[in-house]
Amino acid sequence: MIELREITKEYWSKKEKNIAVDNVSLTVNEGEVFGIVGYSGAGKSTLLRFINLLERPTTGSVRVDGIDLLTLSNKELRKTRQSIGMIFQGFYLVASKTVFENVAFALLAAGVQKKHIRDKVVQLLEVVGLSDQLAKYPSQLSGGQKQRVSIARSLANDPKILLCDEATSALDPNTTESILSLLKEINQKLGITIVVITHEMEVVKEICHRCAVMREGKVVELGTTFDIFSAPKDPLTKKFIQNVLEFEIPELMMNRVKGKLVKLIFLRDLATDAVVSDMIQAFEVRANILHGKVEYIHETPLGVFIMDISGEEDQVNQAIDYLHKRVHKVEVIEDGPTYRALA
Amino acid sequence: MDRLIELLPELNLAFVETLVMVGIALSFAFLIGLPLGILLFVTDQGLILENKWVKQAVGIVINLIRSVPFIILLVFLLPLTSFLLGTTIGPLAASVSLSVAAIPFYARIVESSAREINKGVIEAAVATGASPWMIIRHILLPETKPGLITGITITAISLIGYSAMAGTIGGGGIGDLAIRYGYYRYDDTVMFTTVILLVVLVQFVQYMGDFVSKAVDKK
Ligand SMILES: Nc1ncnc2c1ncn2[C@@H]1O[C@H](COP(=O)(O)OP(=O)(O)OP(=O)(O)O)[C@@H](O)[C@H]1O
Ligand SMILES: [Mg+2]
Repeated sequence: MIELREITKEYWSKKEKNIAVDNVSLTVNEGEVFGIVGYSGAGKSTLLRFINLLERPTTGSVRVDGIDLLTLSNKELRKTRQSIGMIFQGFYLVASKTVFENVAFALLAAGVQKKHIRDKVVQLLEVVGLSDQLAKYPSQLSGGQKQRVSIARSLANDPKILLCDEATSALDPNTTESILSLLKEINQKLGITIVVITHEMEVVKEICHRCAVMREGKVVELGTTFDIFSAPKDPLTKKFIQNVLEFEIPELMMNRVKGKLVKLIFLRDLATDAVVSDMIQAFEVRANILHGKVEYIHETPLGVFIMDISGEEDQVNQAIDYLHKRVHKVEVIEDGPTYRALA
Repeated sequence: MDRLIELLPELNLAFVETLVMVGIALSFAFLIGLPLGILLFVTDQGLILENKWVKQAVGIVINLIRSVPFIILLVFLLPLTSFLLGTTIGPLAASVSLSVAAIPFYARIVESSAREINKGVIEAAVATGASPWMIIRHILLPETKPGLITGITITAISLIGYSAMAGTIGGGGIGDLAIRYGYYRYDDTVMFTTVILLVVLVQFVQYMGDFVSKAVDKK
């Protein structure tokens, strides 16, 4: 659907070269929600803007639906842009136009006849849940409502692709949640391919099928969201998903640890109870769960548990070996006060 | 008081002449200055019709005209006025140089009020696939409307001032009246009356401008 090949973008400021995007190639498949994450200045927006050529790459090629956008005339490019919606962190609605007129503009721009515009706008505003606000001006709307208007505008010409540049970054968590479910709905019901830029892993976890992690203009990791969350490879990726897979165990609790502290990561199937009770039966150990958390990434569970396993050292070690066999990943975080003392 | 009544017909005529001069110049400022101002804006770097050469050429011409003091421009343009109208006397003749001064003045105001538009709004419009003309007509013009009206107010008030200068070299109008009676004949009554008339006119224009500009502002 979208193919970026060996794309580089250089900016020159005061005779100094600044590489915003550095030889990036990636493919976004039809119907998927693709995420691009990275810290500020990583080149995310620049990369996204190649897809509708708001930004022209210094070198490389941009293909959408098999068409090389760089070869298009201005007129053809405008036509193509009508099939690529875009929404932004700042909404960018026209302040002097009503909600209705803001959405109608996109239709006018595409040359839709006046008599068809009204019905289409009403229908679009229904999709985003703003049917009763069409006469209001943007200044009379909340942030979430403004983003809904801009989503309606971006969907006006039945696009095949929707580009979202930090679409939820200016919104509170509840509103973010509702916009994300709207995007999800758009992807599933209308089959629109969505590319989202974000610095919040929550967004990726919520809606993305695959994602790319960017640093200094390069894609440092790319994979399915589940793989990224369950087996991050790049240090930056690890940092991003830290609050999903890592916990700080409070000092007080650490002091109460009797045996070995282990972290168990379960993927896909959450047979925690069974595994733990089997372990207790098979070995003479006590297990105390200090922390547990299950994340659902596209309905696939990813569970993380922290357990204090105590007993005879030999038994504990055997129990941990047993866990290794049955759990996706086992990490001994703390060898435990007893064993430290013995060692 | 008697003196005033005696002067009334002449005052009336002068007032109408001033309105004619300002009105004509303002119309040209709007009809030519507005497109020029928009042109200056859209040909700027990174904008919808980016064009360094057009931008520079238009910018230089505008700056050239704006750097000539009005009184000099007035004299300088006499041949042009005479060529266009066959005379250099009267309010119509004065309108030529007033228009030439007002067009670049208003164009710069239009340009700077267009600059106030959030670049993101224009970009969002580009992303919908709108043509430059669509963006100008449906985004730039509505978004700058309050600024365009304020600009007309400012231009009108400057033109009232300039029209007094134009009056001195045969343009007629209130300025001409004030100079003829006040300066050459030391007639205080006429002086004061013309000053009051000008003050009232300026206040009225300002008030109307503010009122309309606020009424169309949706922010
Ligand atoms: N028009 C420009 N001129 C010069 N440098 C630019 C321009 N646009 C972007 N850059 C530079 O390119 C780099 C990447 O910018 P980009 O906006 O793509 O980052 P980003 O990942 O989207 O960051 P953020 O999360 O802050 O939006 C930055 O170093 C930025 O300074
Ligand atoms: Mg950005």
